[in-house]
Amino acid sequence: MSNIIHILFLKDNEVIALFGIAVFFFAVVAFREAIKNDRLQKQGKWPPEGQSGKDKVLTWPFLVRKEFLVAIFVTAGLLVWGVLRNAPLEEFADPNITPNPSKAPWYFLGLQEMLVYFDPWIAGVLFPLLIIVGLMAIPYIDINPKGSGYYTIRERKFAVSVFSFGFLFLWVILIVVGVFFRGTGWLWYWPWQEWVPHTIVAETNYDFTQFLGIDSRSVSGSITGGSVVTLYYLLGMVIPYVVMKARNSKNLQKLGLIRYITVSFLFWSMIGLPIKMFLRLIFHMKYIWVTPWFNI
Amino acid sequence: MDKEKDEKIKRYVTSSQIWKSIFRRKHDDTKRSRVLAVVGNFFLHLHPVSLSRHALALKYTWCMGGITFFLFLFLTLTGVYLMFYYHPSIGEAYWDIKDLHYSVPFGKILRNIHRWGGHLMVITVMIHMYRVFMTGSYKAPREFNWLIGVGLLVLTLLLSFTGYLLTWDQLGVWAITVGTNMAGATPLLGHEGPFGEQLGMTAHNDVRFALLGGSSVEKNALLRAYVWHCIAIPLFVALLIGVHLWRVRKDGFSGSL
Repeated sequence: MSNIIHILFLKDNEVIALFGIAVFFFAVVAFREAIKNDRLQKQGKWPPEGQSGKDKVLTWPFLVRKEFLVAIFVTAGLLVWGVLRNAPLEEFADPNITPNPSKAPWYFLGLQEMLVYFDPWIAGVLFPLLIIVGLMAIPYIDINPKGSGYYTIRERKFAVSVFSFGFLFLWVILIVVGVFFRGTGWLWYWPWQEWVPHTIVAETNYDFTQFLGIDSRSVSGSITGGSVVTLYYLLGMVIPYVVMKARNSKNLQKLGLIRYITVSFLFWSMIGLPIKMFLRLIFHMKYIWVTPWFNI
Repeated sequence: MDKEKDEKIKRYVTSSQIWKSIFRRKHDDTKRSRVLAVVGNFFLHLHPVSLSRHALALKYTWCMGGITFFLFLFLTLTGVYLMFYYHPSIGEAYWDIKDLHYSVPFGKILRNIHRWGGHLMVITVMIHMYRVFMTGSYKAPREFNWLIGVGLLVLTLLLSFTGYLLTWDQLGVWAITVGTNMAGATPLLGHEGPFGEQLGMTAHNDVRFALLGGSSVEKNALLRAYVWHCIAIPLFVALLIGVHLWRVRKDGFSGSL
């Protein structure tokens, strides 16, 4: 118990509490607005944001006034915060004393948490890259013209649910876990547990092919693992494609093949994260695909 | 009687050559003056002259983009103040922070708000992005501005990240150690990443080495973090913010088109 109280009031970590609360507060606001707009549209009305520029007001003074007010409030809030709480400063840097656990800045803790489940090149390099590229790709792969400029769920169910899942669940929850539930040796500690610096947990993990009785480091093990990963992506892409094609989906026609492949690759990469976490936590599965150069 | 006097003074001041040379408009409540207030002012003219009424509503934009921009200005100002008292060398950095804390006038509170403001900027950037997504504001013709926004998100994270090291305390140095060790795992470019070894990457020539200016977090890493944090990244951010805001104005401010 003492640890969680310690963490909670540990310098930077109050920021993460603020982050979690603020993100979920605004998510609730967004969803409430979306539901309100969806209801309006069902009645045949249009949300005011959806109508293009009929009711215009002048920037000066109406917008500028608000901007100044907000700037004053933010400054005042920061001043109060700065008076009440000191910025963290620990002991002089000492390369000989490694803190345990040693944590990255809080916004990278989601990636650090992923290190438990993936090789560092996936958790620290590939996933961040995919996140950035995936974010940049959004406006070019989301070709749904509806829901531009106003909150709505009904008109863009897939887009809203995927993005909200990725941000609200994967990104924020992983950060919260990294900050509040990871203790010495990056082991999981519940808030009421005491950290024990010298605990050694004998965790026996198996590679996927070992479940089938194949040595994962052998050539056949590598090929089996590789086939499973390839099959995961292939089936994930082909099955929805076939289903949509059979239904003569207009969305598929509009998307085109390249967009479709990009969307489904990004989507299944994202879903791969919770799947791998689940496999690790429940079945103690370490790697699915082992090669001499990299592991997945 | 007094009112008359006030009017007289006002007329005298506003008709002077000095006043007219600064403000190119009358300060009255006509539509023309209000339009000129935005068009004729360098700082305000990043705004459109008018905007839809709904875009003013706090519940629509949450004001998160504006707050982020304001925080960037705020952090630049407080950062410059801190720079007056800070040496980017490992013998002095930590003690300069101590000085800021205990002997520099307002040093403590300015360092505090610089740090909290930085954290807040990371938070508001993310929430701003979530809002833009939820209102579908990245859709045509605003696709490219979303791209610039993603670039600004990355730069904001890097700004905050490079600032971590400057205190040269245990927290900063080890956070940077963890962070840059991940860079060492970059495929092809890192000595611990897949195919890195085959391409001749070692701890002395890979991407992590380039970031740190060495094979471990030492004096070169501090200098690099300092230059990135105080000069290089803010320059890029300022440029991208300029383009970002300009495109907001050109593409129409909030709502459907």
